[in-house]
Amino acid sequence: MIRLLQTLNKMALIKASIAAIAIMVLVFVGSRNLQNFDAALIAYLLGTVFAVFGIAYRYSVWLQRPPTRLYWRRSIQFLFSRDFPFYLVRSVRLFFQNILFQRFIYHRSRTRWIGHFLLATGCLIAFAVTIPLTLGWIHFEFKPGNDTIYYAKVFGFEAGSFELGSFIAFMAFHALVWCSVLVTIGAVMMMKRRLTDGGLIATQTFEGDWLPLVLLIAISITGLGISYDYTFLQGKTYQFMAVTHAVTVILFLVWIPFGKFFHIFQRLAQLGANLYRYEGKKRGMAVCPHTKEEFATQLHIDDLKDVTKELGFDFTLKNGNSHLDLSPEGKRAALAKAHFEARKNAGAFFG
Amino acid sequence: MQNPQYNQQMEFFIDMQRCIGCHACEMACAECETNGQESMIHIHYVERAVSVQTTVQVCMHCEDPVCANVCPADAITKDDFGVVHTANTSRCIGCSNCVLACPFGVPKKEEKAELMMKCNMCYDRTSAGKKPMCATVCPSQALFYGTREEIEKLRPNSTPVNKFLFGQEQVNTKVNIMMPKGSTELRIHE
Repeated sequence: MIRLLQTLNKMALIKASIAAIAIMVLVFVGSRNLQNFDAALIAYLLGTVFAVFGIAYRYSVWLQRPPTRLYWRRSIQFLFSRDFPFYLVRSVRLFFQNILFQRFIYHRSRTRWIGHFLLATGCLIAFAVTIPLTLGWIHFEFKPGNDTIYYAKVFGFEAGSFELGSFIAFMAFHALVWCSVLVTIGAVMMMKRRLTDGGLIATQTFEGDWLPLVLLIAISITGLGISYDYTFLQGKTYQFMAVTHAVTVILFLVWIPFGKFFHIFQRLAQLGANLYRYEGKKRGMAVCPHTKEEFATQLHIDDLKDVTKELGFDFTLKNGNSHLDLSPEGKRAALAKAHFEARKNAGAFFG
Repeated sequence: MQNPQYNQQMEFFIDMQRCIGCHACEMACAECETNGQESMIHIHYVERAVSVQTTVQVCMHCEDPVCANVCPADAITKDDFGVVHTANTSRCIGCSNCVLACPFGVPKKEEKAELMMKCNMCYDRTSAGKKPMCATVCPSQALFYGTREEIEKLRPNSTPVNKFLFGQEQVNTKVNIMMPKGSTELRIHE
């Protein structure tokens, strides 16, 4: 056990512990000293705290890698520069484009985008609904003296009301039902790809690619089961439905830091990469000595020289230049020319 | 991705001097299902203004892949067979680090898709004991996939080399380049 603890990354452990403690403090604050905390959700709370700890730990370890650290630092540096308003607006726009609408997937395949968008939208709305409920940050109550108006409290403060039986009430109380439908359709579409695409069949793994889809469908179906039970079965199977749903959700929460779902958090780095590219273009482009054409930002090439050295690769040439100064086409041409020279020096071009 | 049908006796051998620039490999590469029907092979003139020399380049599948090391998203992995796989689509953030750091100039960035793609030696085929698409169609055998014995018989005056020197850096690869007999390395810059 002690040996296991010694293998842990100390910095990440500290940050993850702080994140886990912070979320627990926020549970107390947001639920007004647990007054608005729903004790029936305690298992979900434990799963969520573990997920926060695990995500913070892995994120911290991930940020310690030289290329990731560089992008992180550069992103923060550019975002909080004198162009802050510009980069903030750009970041928000990119957040909608790339995180909420995943537009880049559309350019990979339209069907894939539809599947992923349904799946991701269902998950994100479900997160937005369930996490504040689990942490006691959102709480619903009747208006005093009125048993038809229901009002929502956020962190103990009133934040809107609606009438029971109204359209808004119907939509709000069934929000997770709609999410389950979206997720199930999306996950089935993604499964169909994995059953029919030869390339995916060759490279996919069960734990990396199938398990996440199976888990999402299991969560959705068991979640729908709870609604089905109280709508059509008068709650006769409630215990079974509630327990199976809790088991699948908690498995999902505990597995987030370790499996494919971690990409939800990694994807934010795409925003940083976009800012980095934009700022780099402003500062100037690198020109390939072979093709004489611009091929990347000079900032990127200079940073890569540093990062590769930090990782133990040194592409410095005898004349002080670097192999990395060449564009990809320039590098291929350099290899071909060196091969040509070697053959020529040997006295035969073929052998 | 663990496939017992992967034949580790089979190797890839390139001889750019034999490339005639016919682009057959490029068309065949687009048939590879792991690329999503995008051609990943590079074929172009070396210096069009002064020479008709063409070159062809597949991924060299480095022993310690620079592309995977510089990837900030941990999207590139090498498997137990030494195949360096194209970027994991759920992780790749389209930063181009791999495109610019690869010493062989192999990875391609699909700009709109914000995704890096590269040759993974037709994993759908090689993992099932078949040859990569490009090697099956190359008319001049600039691209050859077979055993060491086969290539030794075919090219008795050449030696496969998988050690490349880029300035200070030595890069060892799974894929070989056919060099004059007795060669042990290829130095790219003098």
